[in-house]
Amino acid sequence: MLDAAYNRSQTVETDQGKAAGTEAAPIIEIDDLAKRFGSKEVLTGLRLSIRRGETICIIGESGTGKSVTLKHIVGLLRPDRGTVRIGGVDIFAADGQLQEIRKKIGFLFQGAALLNSMTVFDNVALPLREHERPPEAELRKRVLETLELVDMAEAADKMPAELSGGMKKRAGLARAIIRQPEIILYDEPTAGLDPVISSTINDLILNLQEKLGVTSIVVTHDMSSTFRVADRIAMLYQGKIYKSGTPDEFRKSEDPLIRQFIYGESEGPLRRDNH
Amino acid sequence: MTNWVMVAAGAFESACLTAGRALALMGATTTALGHVRRRRVEIVSQTFRASYGSLLVTFLTALFSGMILAFQTGLELLRFGQEASIGYIVAASMCREMGPVMTAIALAGLMGSSYAAELGTMKVSEEIDALEVMSIDPVRYLVMPRVVALVASSLALTVYVDAVGILGGAMVGASSFNVELSIYFRNAQDVLEMKEVWLGLIKAFFFAVSTATIGCTMGLSADQGAEGVGRATQKTVVFSFVFILMLDHLINYLTKVTGIYVGRGV
Repeated sequence: MLDAAYNRSQTVETDQGKAAGTEAAPIIEIDDLAKRFGSKEVLTGLRLSIRRGETICIIGESGTGKSVTLKHIVGLLRPDRGTVRIGGVDIFAADGQLQEIRKKIGFLFQGAALLNSMTVFDNVALPLREHERPPEAELRKRVLETLELVDMAEAADKMPAELSGGMKKRAGLARAIIRQPEIILYDEPTAGLDPVISSTINDLILNLQEKLGVTSIVVTHDMSSTFRVADRIAMLYQGKIYKSGTPDEFRKSEDPLIRQFIYGESEGPLRRDNH
Repeated sequence: MTNWVMVAAGAFESACLTAGRALALMGATTTALGHVRRRRVEIVSQTFRASYGSLLVTFLTALFSGMILAFQTGLELLRFGQEASIGYIVAASMCREMGPVMTAIALAGLMGSSYAAELGTMKVSEEIDALEVMSIDPVRYLVMPRVVALVASSLALTVYVDAVGILGGAMVGASSFNVELSIYFRNAQDVLEMKEVWLGLIKAFFFAVSTATIGCTMGLSADQGAEGVGRATQKTVVFSFVFILMLDHLINYLTKVTGIYVGRGV
């Protein structure tokens, strides 16, 4: 079942394992991104290049602009300054292309953002009904296959209000991948979930990366999840990327700021800054 | 003093921003009308919801409006022995003014507020963002079907309210002023021309467009969680009521100065 769902997908490069991903060309390039909300300057010139097929985790304290960065990548927010290029196209330069670019992106929202007025099945079917309009039998098959992929087929007829937090995330993930996107953005995929469900979500992220070869950007401050799924970690601090490197480089880092964040220490530069 | 100026300037800026958003949404909705056929199921469903859900409220509102109107005019006409003319006044007032205005007020309270609450909840729970990320235009998907449905419901309900109001007037005319039903309805028929009905329907159209647009604009602008949704709902009702009355006067004035409608001098 899994293979059947996966085999349909690929226009994107497949089997770019973690090692191969580090050598591929950038699919997303963020340059000098700045964004202010009122008097609060959230992003101050963020630069980040994401290679095709890699899984990058963006970590950082709450309120440092991780979700804001993701929303810029899909054009939900417009920057005060800077550019976001996806596949070489500046998404803010031509609105017409943004719609096309978005079709290649799946987005798992922090709260899943399922449409509460429709069942799980209809939520997952929505992108297909709007863009591809396949015959009903084919649509049903594809939706059920995708729900199977996230172990949610039995909940297809349930309404979002009847689902637990983990089930909502899995349904949201099914909706994000139903059209086999090239890029998947995850906004705090394990936030508010117990360790077992978090582990299931991490497995799903890894599965999708391995089987579909998708490029994944995971915004999180769950370090166990980060070390589990990341090919590369980028730490956001004061509106910019403070450090980018492999999980091993982060683990071995002697930088007090990084050590404090990844080991969750109460004393350190982050605490001093907040005071 | 400076504070008051700042508050007034802030309120003016906010009003201009809201008006701008509403106009932009109206423009986008007009563009989205090309997708009416594709959204027909949603439009029918929303029309049924707006019409069927408002039947009882509009029935009671219209019935008592007609009855009150007949009673008050009847009392005055009785002084001149002209109570048989109640039919003229009730029919003309219902079709020109009270029918469309009462319908619009009911729909603003029932449906405009509901649109603001629905879209507002979707906005704060990131459902609108999710639609955009899936390349689904929220205006085509959510707003346009609601605007078209409210216009259709408003037109149908206005005719229904006119009829119920005239019937209410007949009941009072017969019971309190001994006006025979045949005379009442003949007078009502005499005063009514298609022009009267059309004027009411034109008003109903504009009232529905403005109510739906205000509700959807407020909903899509909602922020700050449940409190923001509550504020959006409240603003929708207040702005819609005020706008309906202002628009009503504007349409009356325009029809008079342009000579499109000069009245019958009932």
